[in-house]
This record gives sequence, C-alpha cells and structure tokens, in this order.
Amino acid sequence: MPPPTPTPQHPPSQTLAGLAIRDARAEDMGAVEEIDARITGLAKHDYWQLAFTRYGGRADRWFLVAEHAGRVTGFIVGEQRAWEFGSPPCGWIFAIGVAPDRRLGGIGSRLFEAIVGRMRAAGLKTLRTMLARDDTLNMAFFRSQGMMGGAFIQLEMPLTDAEAHLQPEEGQPEKGREGP
Amino acid sequence: MKLQKATLFALFSVLELARDPGRQMSAAEIAEAYGISVNHLAKVLRVLGRAGLVEAARGVGGGYRFCGNAKRTSLYDVIDLFGDIVTDAGKMPGSAGETEIAQALGRVLSEVDEIAVATLKSISLATLLKSRHWQGRRLAVSQ
Repeated sequence: MPPPTPTPQHPPSQTLAGLAIRDARAEDMGAVEEIDARITGLAKHDYWQLAFTRYGGRADRWFLVAEHAGRVTGFIVGEQRAWEFGSPPCGWIFAIGVAPDRRLGGIGSRLFEAIVGRMRAAGLKTLRTMLARDDTLNMAFFRSQGMMGGAFIQLEMPLTDAEAHLQPEEGQPEKGREGP
Repeated sequence: MKLQKATLFALFSVLELARDPGRQMSAAEIAEAYGISVNHLAKVLRVLGRAGLVEAARGVGGGYRFCGNAKRTSLYDVIDLFGDIVTDAGKMPGSAGETEIAQALGRVLSEVDEIAVATLKSISLATLLKSRHWQGRRLAVSQ
C-alpha cells in the first residue's frame, strides 16, 4: 500500500525491475508476518500460519507475494465469495501489505493487478473489499486502482450488549419493518 | 451532500488545472469552460493560491497553473479550505438532544456524515481525474 511518505527509499524503476509476483509458499510466512507486524504493530504468528493453510495454493483462493532480490516485500490475499445476500460470485481482497521501506514503488499496484488477473481468469466479474472507515491510506489505494463505493453496505453491532438491541421495548417487533 | 458554489468552483478549477500541470489557464478561460462567474472564480483562485494548490503566472499569456501534489491532495482537502464540510448533523437544536429519539436520530445522521467524509478523504485529485474514464470502460466491458 502506498503511504504518504515523501521520499521513497527505492525509486519506482529500481523497485519494479526484477520484481516478481508469485504464489505464496509456507516459507514466506515469516516475512509476511513481519511486514504485517511492522504495519499494524501486532505480530500474529498463528493467524498467518492458518491463513496460509486456508488460502495458499487453494482453488478460488489467492495468496500472492511480491519478491525482489530474494526478499518478500509485499503480499495480498483474496478469495471467491458467493451468494452472500444475493451477491453472485465475486472476488474479495481482505489483506494487502507492502514493507514500509519499499512503499511508493508500485508494489501494491502490481500485487493488486496480479490478484485481479487471477480473479478474472476464474470468471469473476466484480471485486470487493471492506476497510475501516478511517483507513484513508488503504481506501485511497483501492480507489486509485478503480474501486468505488459498491452496492452493499457493511453493518455491525457490539455483541457485548446485544440484548439491548435485540429486545423490542414493547415486547413485539414492529410489523412490516423486520427482516427474516 | 450539496456544496456551496465557491467550493464547487474550487474543485472545477483545481481539477481542470491538475489534469495538465504544465498548462496555464486564465480565470476567464476556466469560467467560460464551466459557465460560471469569473469574478466569483477569481476569489476562489486566490484561496487556492494561498493554499499552495495553484500559482499565478504574470505577464502576457499568464494565468494559473496547478502546483500541488495531485496524488496527495484529496477532494476533502480542497472542500475543507472553504469550510464546507459540516459534520454536526448529529447535533440537535435546543433541548431536543436530551431526548432518546433525537439522540438515536443524531447517531444515524452522524453515520451519514462520517461516510461522506471518509469518501472525500479517500479520493485524491489524481484518482478523480483517472475516474473520468472508468465508467465508459465499465460499460464497454459489460456490453
């Protein structure tokens, strides 16, 4: 993901020359975990091991890495999802990361283009993702790739005080306003 | 969301100039292209100049040119120069804010505000300029 760093440590041409985008391997997970930890400040060893088991080398799931000079410098993970509230099969991206010292070099764009190519080859016609509302950095990146607000809206609620939300005050749901 | 005229004129100007940073355009040329008041536009361009987004070139053939960073300037940044982003829809007048209904309504209106701001912050001038071609391309692909 390209951050607003004013001076990239590697000029784009230098970064992109020799850059390879390939399927992730088990031995890449250490580098992936390190990149993610540097971005988020949180090491998630078990999560990335499980993510590779679930998404590495699977049909309709894509776990790709960017490699330059023998070093993994970025990753992207996505999958095919289908029929969630009527949505025909579509591609989902749910993780992307580029080593902070290699940003602004087009690596994120190359990863994005690669996974989009895989999804197109799988016959998918729509790509979706979900981001935190205040994650301007990633949202700007995805928008710069052509993504826009879509036909679905993300909703959530805290489960800790769910009863307060679920119990109608008068004991009966309002007719005609409730879902299933 | 409805923007004030000055804000819209600013977006027109900065985007028109940013599409070709090497080109200079006079206020009259921009005003003519968008069918807007040149006097009003001149004031807007001064604000954009003070913000470092455009600069005026003096002399014959002078005009304005874009001098900002199109990849690092968001639509929000431009709109915010004119104080045109009001995110207090959730605040209720008078003592209404003390009622549960007004508070619940305020939360919904605040949610709409937050989504609007997040959207405007995430779209750079460069992305907006690129997006001019996306709709046509998408239609072509879908047909």
